[in-house]
Amino acid sequence: MTTSVDVVSGTDSPYALSHLDALESEAVHIFREVAGEFERPVILFSGGKDSIVMLHLALKAFAPAPVPFTLLHVDTGHNFPEVLQYRDRTVTEHGLRLHVASVQDYIDRGVLRERPDGTRNPLQTVPLTEAIQQHRFDAVFGGGRRDEEKARAKERVFSLRDEFSQWDPRRQRPELWQLYNGRHAPGEHVRVFPLSNWTELDVWQYIQRERIELPEIYFAHEREVFKRSGMWLTAGEWGGPKAGEETEKRLVRYRTVGDMSCTGAVDSDATTLDAVITEIAASRLTERGATRADDKMSEAAMEDRKREGYF
Amino acid sequence: MTSTTEQLAAQLSATTLLRFATAGSVDDGKSTLVGRLLHDSKSVLTDQLEAVEAASRGRGQEAPDLALLTDGLRAEREQGITIDVAYRYFATPRRRFILADTPGHVQYTRNMVTGASTAELTVVLVDARNGVVEQTRRHAAIAALLRVPHVVLAVNKMDLVDYAEPVFAAIAEEFTAYATELGVPEVTAIPISALAGDNVVEPSARMDWYGGPTVLEHLETVPASHDLTGCHARFPVQYVIRPQTAEHPDYRGYAGQIAAGTFRVGEQVTVLPSGRTSTVAGIDLLGEPVDVAWTPQSVTVLLADDIDVSRGDIIVPSGDAPATTQDVRATVCHVADQPLTVGQRVLLKHTTRTVKAIVKGIDSRLTLDDLSQHPEPGRLVANDIGRVTVRTAEPLALDSYADSRRTGSFLLIDPADGTTLAAGMAGDSFAAAAEAPAADDEGWDF
Repeated sequence: MTTSVDVVSGTDSPYALSHLDALESEAVHIFREVAGEFERPVILFSGGKDSIVMLHLALKAFAPAPVPFTLLHVDTGHNFPEVLQYRDRTVTEHGLRLHVASVQDYIDRGVLRERPDGTRNPLQTVPLTEAIQQHRFDAVFGGGRRDEEKARAKERVFSLRDEFSQWDPRRQRPELWQLYNGRHAPGEHVRVFPLSNWTELDVWQYIQRERIELPEIYFAHEREVFKRSGMWLTAGEWGGPKAGEETEKRLVRYRTVGDMSCTGAVDSDATTLDAVITEIAASRLTERGATRADDKMSEAAMEDRKREGYF
Repeated sequence: MTSTTEQLAAQLSATTLLRFATAGSVDDGKSTLVGRLLHDSKSVLTDQLEAVEAASRGRGQEAPDLALLTDGLRAEREQGITIDVAYRYFATPRRRFILADTPGHVQYTRNMVTGASTAELTVVLVDARNGVVEQTRRHAAIAALLRVPHVVLAVNKMDLVDYAEPVFAAIAEEFTAYATELGVPEVTAIPISALAGDNVVEPSARMDWYGGPTVLEHLETVPASHDLTGCHARFPVQYVIRPQTAEHPDYRGYAGQIAAGTFRVGEQVTVLPSGRTSTVAGIDLLGEPVDVAWTPQSVTVLLADDIDVSRGDIIVPSGDAPATTQDVRATVCHVADQPLTVGQRVLLKHTTRTVKAIVKGIDSRLTLDDLSQHPEPGRLVANDIGRVTVRTAEPLALDSYADSRRTGSFLLIDPADGTTLAAGMAGDSFAAAAEAPAADDEGWDF
């Protein structure tokens, strides 16, 4: 873990913070507010880059003490094996406690039904909200960023959810200064987004600065993929490819990590952090636009899922 | 739309961050301005633009409606209006920006307050054909109340007044005079056409009489953060870090974000409200020891003496402590649908401290149009701004909002359901506010 204060060019003040230091300081403030005000917080941890950065910030926020939060992963049953390995390794390394809510369990018990398109992302909402109720989590950290999507641009840092985890954008609390209001009734909880003000590029630059290790699938590698709805999906036991879809070996990497059935890979030869950052800065596609099938279902797909309790 | 190599390198090298907010009435072209800023700074990516084009076509519009880029909710797109604050992110070679895109409608004054509370700059948009109107004055007044350090007056739709200098000059003069009276420290007026792209990102060839910066150029060069390092040092304690591990058996650190000023190892400090004193024995900047730390760094402070310090306390230099008080006089903006009334029991959240409080008096309600104060209104409803007196159950180390936006601000919260009722600013409201003269015949004073 390193702490550095970059010298900021182009400013008169010797005390000016670089944008990464400013974002880091703000995120740490948010983690500590939650630790100070809530009884049972949890960090949603998927092994994706945003949740990895969140955990890194939490480790720094409470150093030299351990992170005072447990972790929760909603396992779709269609996760990338490399990512699950990374998840388990990280949990062990930092002596953390991990709760897993399993979509597969819900399907096996007949509570949830597989969708015709095979996508399990929307199925995460029920296991997530039930895990929150069951463990009585009162604050749930998510790695959502406002730059991801236009409904997320409307999200608060502290986002109150009712007992059904529903988001009502018209009834959000105004969020003033850095005074976060975490009051909630029993059964309600607050979703907390410490990376609200970060962009995809900020996340990558921070990963580079802090030398944070990531699952390998974020870097270019050869992989068996097939094309569906204009995206390269990984062939696998989750149900792809179907008849008529042909697999091929391509040099690809992932920009986001989610359910294998709806997270697309991008063609890339970026094998290092520098190369990844250059590629993202030059990309004319948004992160989710390039790689998430579930956001393309309708103009308000994300808003609708968020209303139901999704992140 | 292609990205050049220079742009790419530049995006990566921009290191400062500016938070700013926009304000404008319905139909004065705010969405177009925001769309233009995002579009011309190449911050709109292909798939976003394609989505907007498809949605516009689906609605039978020929040209892509850039407002669809910023209106993120179903209801907003259906009604063609902006309901809630949205935050947007873009970068240029010189700087990164966080834009609080706030609705301009009168009923959403609270949202403008939300956007302005963290902004270092506000862009107030005016339609060149209409000039300074009520809503413009309201926006200027809110920027002044919230003490946003920089205000930009963007006189839009210059294409509809033949790019005439006298039109711009008259509006700029009227607005600047009004804003100065309110105590706004700096106004930059820029004639633009958001639709045609004049002076937004590119300088206008049709207004050669204007020698100032474009909107983007100004955003890129204005001082990014109000330098608070020289202010009264304040450190609200958020959380006590006690590892109690074999490696750190006796570590007891006070975690928080420095709200103003600088702190040094060896400095004598006082803990408020208890008034106990000690010396700064060490400062950890996210795990690494440092000799000095400043706002807005998140740090952990270690004290030489084992005194009682907990969340909600404020650590200050012993020679520069604010007075503590249980009687708070402040200006509040009421942000909830339920009213605020005299005698109401509330919670007051100030920095990291939440205390019980009672609304003792609502002294006046501000009429933003002419800045007159309506005395003793009895209650404040949504979007009202008024002067209140609040009695707290415990003493608070409250600065004047004029001295510190961070330690002079607070929330009033409904203890029953947790609703945020009001945004509070302690001390005098407007920087240049004169002594209020006696009420005139109609019971109004100024």
